[in-house]
Amino acid sequence: MFDKILIANRGEIAMRVIRACKELGILTVAVHSTADADAMHVRFADESVCIGPPAAKDSYLNIPAILSACEITGADAVHPGYGFLSENARFAEILTEHDVQFIGPKAEHIRLMGDKIAAKRTAQKLGIPVVPGSDGGVTSDVEAGKIADGIGYPVLIKAAAGGGGRGMKVVRTAVELSTALATARAEAKAAFGDDAVYLEKYLEKPRHIEIQVLGDGKGNAIHLGERECSLQRRHQKVLEESPSPALNTQARDVIGETVAKAMREIGYLGVGTVEFLYEDGKFYFIEMNTRIQVEHPVTEMITDIDLIFEQIRAAVGNDFTLKQSDIKFDGHAIECRINAENPVSFRPSPGKILHYHAPGGLGVRIDSAVYQGYTIPPYYDSLVGKLIVHGKTRTEALMRLKRALDEVVVDGIETTLPLFRALVREKDIIDGNYHIHWLEQFLSQGGMEG
Amino acid sequence: MLVMKFGGTSVESAAAIDPSKHPGVVISPMVGTAYAAPEPGAKPFIEIGTQVKAGDTLLVVEAMKTMNQIPAPRAGTVIQILFEDGQPVEFGEPLVIIE
Repeated sequence: MFDKILIANRGEIAMRVIRACKELGILTVAVHSTADADAMHVRFADESVCIGPPAAKDSYLNIPAILSACEITGADAVHPGYGFLSENARFAEILTEHDVQFIGPKAEHIRLMGDKIAAKRTAQKLGIPVVPGSDGGVTSDVEAGKIADGIGYPVLIKAAAGGGGRGMKVVRTAVELSTALATARAEAKAAFGDDAVYLEKYLEKPRHIEIQVLGDGKGNAIHLGERECSLQRRHQKVLEESPSPALNTQARDVIGETVAKAMREIGYLGVGTVEFLYEDGKFYFIEMNTRIQVEHPVTEMITDIDLIFEQIRAAVGNDFTLKQSDIKFDGHAIECRINAENPVSFRPSPGKILHYHAPGGLGVRIDSAVYQGYTIPPYYDSLVGKLIVHGKTRTEALMRLKRALDEVVVDGIETTLPLFRALVREKDIIDGNYHIHWLEQFLSQGGMEG
Repeated sequence: MLVMKFGGTSVESAAAIDPSKHPGVVISPMVGTAYAAPEPGAKPFIEIGTQVKAGDTLLVVEAMKTMNQIPAPRAGTVIQILFEDGQPVEFGEPLVIIE
């Protein structure tokens, strides 16, 4: 087991990882920018190292500074959290070159799944159903036109180097295709440094359902069920739940085993999430995330498996003790991502939290790094915290969520709490009857006004 | 943090003030290990009272086997040395005060 883990991240996920390390008896090193000198994760860790000025590129993305921090503290492993360097294959390799263990998948799999075209091809080869589309990147408008005609409009142009909901354009008719392609390429070049694009069929009202996987890197892998993440705004997830209201046991077992088998074949190491669009009873692979995800708590609440423990154990390289038959799903969990944003305009609202009260009680979990008197810095994401509830049934979980949302207090800044208080009272949400465009339609139809 | 005598007068009173707020403070631009001399056993780059020109090397911070010279940002006199030889330093850590 590791002696000391350096957490190359901040905020609530840094807190999450430090908690797991403390329970495993592992010493912790927090790294932080000057803007995060008063952050909770810095206080909570055993040691801390300031690695740079506020800008992420000079601090949380600063590989030499993080490596130096490993050197001066003697850390023997790094947990990258999510975002930042968590899916940077080069970072994983550099750590290995310096005898520091990267807690995550093998660099080759990070690289493979980071290229969305290669990922899709790999998924297809491994028998995972994919969205019909171009077989690889499209290089000419003529080629794109033919493929789009073959798939049928509407089609989606996607950046090969994109992911996480970025770099996508819908094209409804053939006349728009050329212009959309040119714009998509230019935007992809600017955002990701790579203008390669590919085409996919655009699904009108799919649900976003993702499967959590865990592998030991030696050919053993299991799935831990699905998470439904259809409630999104601008491709960012806002609320997640497990199990999905749309799946039954059989559907779950089939897609779960398909994905677990694929992970066995490639010898996947650690945790990962395979994301699908689900429409009319069919699954369509969109991408794989080779890291721990923000919404991992909903899986933990229904399986009682600590995913960070499992990440650390996988990185140590011990033999797998978990079998698929060990994974049981109990009850229902829902998570709300509370952001420091105006609940109607979503304008960011950094600033000082004057009053803070976290809800408590059975089946209520808060994953957050804020505290009363804390000033949310403007340089990073706007996540205040995640409120997660668990209940024996979906109805119980919804009642608990309503109560917990009404109880939580975050004053001094604007937050998206009013949005969640409205959502838990919406018939479609209560019925589990929603899809990936639902939230934006709700908002554009004035769901938060009046 | 070392407190050294300067011109026969102790500077303990200066120690009560936060050194990172002193206008002449030089802070570390990086994470690493601070060394007072160019190599083990050699004479330190500076001591209390040393007159420096802008650009003179004050100390070296080593990171991953590369030595990085930390220059004086302006001319002046070294009045405080805030690190120990071989000490790990973080970004922004006060190292030297030059007046």
